Amino acid sequence: MSTQSSFVTPATPLRAYASTADLAISPPSHREASDRARVVASPKDLRTEPAPVRFVIIALAVSFLTVFVVLPLVVVFASAFSKGISAYFAALAEPEALSAIRLTLLVAAISVTLNLVFGVVAAWAIAKFEFRGKTFLITLIDLPFSVSPVISGLVFVLLFGAQGYWGTWLQANNIHILFAVPGIALATIFVTFPFVARSLIPLMQEQGTQEEEAAISLGASGLQTFFRVTLPNIKWGLLYGVLLCNARAMGEFGAVSVVSGHIRGETNTMPLLVEILYNEYQFVASFAIASLLAMLALITLVVKTVLEQRLDEGQTPRDDPSDH
Amino acid sequence: MTIEVKNIVKKFGAFTALDNVDLKVGKGELLALLGPSGSGKTTLLRIIAGLDWPDAGEVRIDGEDALGHGASERHVGFVFQHYALFRHMTVFENVAFGLRVQPRAIRKDEATIRARVKELLDLVQLDWLANRYPSQLSGGQRQRIALARALAIEPRILLLDEPFGALDAKVRKELRQWLRSLHSEIHVTSIFVTHDQEEALEVANRVVVMDKGRIEQIGTPGDVYDNPATAFVHGFIGESIVLPVEVTGGSVRLGGRPLNIAAGGAASGASKLFVRRHDMQIGPAGTGSLEGAVRHVRSFGPIQRAEIALSGGEGKTVIEIDAPRDRELQAGEIIGLQPRRYRIFAAQD
Repeated sequence: MSTQSSFVTPATPLRAYASTADLAISPPSHREASDRARVVASPKDLRTEPAPVRFVIIALAVSFLTVFVVLPLVVVFASAFSKGISAYFAALAEPEALSAIRLTLLVAAISVTLNLVFGVVAAWAIAKFEFRGKTFLITLIDLPFSVSPVISGLVFVLLFGAQGYWGTWLQANNIHILFAVPGIALATIFVTFPFVARSLIPLMQEQGTQEEEAAISLGASGLQTFFRVTLPNIKWGLLYGVLLCNARAMGEFGAVSVVSGHIRGETNTMPLLVEILYNEYQFVASFAIASLLAMLALITLVVKTVLEQRLDEGQTPRDDPSDH
Repeated sequence: MTIEVKNIVKKFGAFTALDNVDLKVGKGELLALLGPSGSGKTTLLRIIAGLDWPDAGEVRIDGEDALGHGASERHVGFVFQHYALFRHMTVFENVAFGLRVQPRAIRKDEATIRARVKELLDLVQLDWLANRYPSQLSGGQRQRIALARALAIEPRILLLDEPFGALDAKVRKELRQWLRSLHSEIHVTSIFVTHDQEEALEVANRVVVMDKGRIEQIGTPGDVYDNPATAFVHGFIGESIVLPVEVTGGSVRLGGRPLNIAAGGAASGASKLFVRRHDMQIGPAGTGSLEGAVRHVRSFGPIQRAEIALSGGEGKTVIEIDAPRDRELQAGEIIGLQPRRYRIFAAQD
């Protein structure tokens, strides 16, 4: 609801912005003149910016986007196909490329699944119960967002590395975490943890616990209540969180780079392989893999837009203002 | 089914929501829990339903200990203030929910469930809404669907939390009458919570007045209105005129002047005199124990409501009375007043 209303009247905040800027910049003598100009202008002009200003602002935004977003994207695909389509597919069919794709899918599957469970549990705890240290828990969930991914990776090196806290014990028991799939999965889980929880907490807080209470009073068990009432109510929010979580899990570079060890054909994920191939001047191969990641990004964007619409729909059809 | 609540205590941190509450509800009763917000009435209802747990005390439903069972095993129909309909299910599926989640062993087949839901929707006169979603219904319709959903499990008792609280005045009135007639039809033991005295007096067989986690009085609507047990009940139910008086021996004084009324066994000391607005007899100046100047008169329906500034006493005490229209009052007129019925309670503070 709130997101919609902020879209409805974009001109008002803009206008307020412009006029305060006016006042701040112009010396007192000019202020009178600008006041007079406003009085003369018709009411319609007061609500929206003059056409040239609108044109300049829109042109600025579009050219910025073109230079920083569209051009790089075009370059990725242009470079990937620079030696023809067959070279492109040959690059993707390389064993190293296939192994990177497999590893990326595997790590994403593991971390998205686990974060789905953790995220739902954390959001449930925060939204439906009152307990001490709740604010602290919310802050903690956000931690991966505020920590540099490289640090996130280093944390695991410090814990599981040969010189780390548990390194000797792990070595003695022949358990491989660093420079292997478990380490990459752990780092990815850490980095992508907030997505599911973050997208669910506001939704679940808004919905409250009454429907669950109603279900229980009607004789439903805890599991029945979860699967028949809670889950259907949060499904769009959950999918939204999973989508963002997945995009980040597949695209994560920093944290994974620290823990992966870059063993060719074994512990390189797609983003790592892109860098390695690029450094070896294999541009077509490098950009071919990059193009896959770019496509993932584009698909994510489309699905995200659709999900956002569903989320809005799920919240708007409430005509009774007292019903909150 | 009977409900018995014994010595229930419930605290939320330092706040005592229920302070040693005892209550017995007889078979087939329609009982109102009436009180201001924070009086503990909703907490009591939720404890009976199993949605909250008391710190101490007992709850028995039909003689059987209810605290040993969770809400899902108590077979209690609960209607929430904000309906709590399942927003992703149609009206039909909402009502069917309680039947569909039953253990496989006793679950009815699809045809029986459908027939039962149809029957319930007929009962609440909303069968034509079966395929709508809750968001497409009006508040009154949602409330009736919530009731049908609660009745689907054939509850032993029915609990309603502020059932009409979120509705506008006209719909409230209609639903009140409808609830009363529904109750006389299905006769399930019911408790409803309300902060609206009119609603409690009009719908319930018996009213429980609560304040600050305690029960102040239990009685029929007539009882609590005509014979309030405490100052709180007198002030909360019906409009009252409250005057600070001093009781010494058998005489009652207002601001030092003796009033021509009996103390009626009230203890000596600072007290409060409670008179219903319509229980002030008016007469010519000089008659009655009180005297005052009419400041303002509004007439509507069978009564005239007059604002009267009492003479004497400390400064300006202004009271509002309801008088029949057989003798029209004029602003500025000096009249005599005599309480016809009244109660004196010791002043608490």
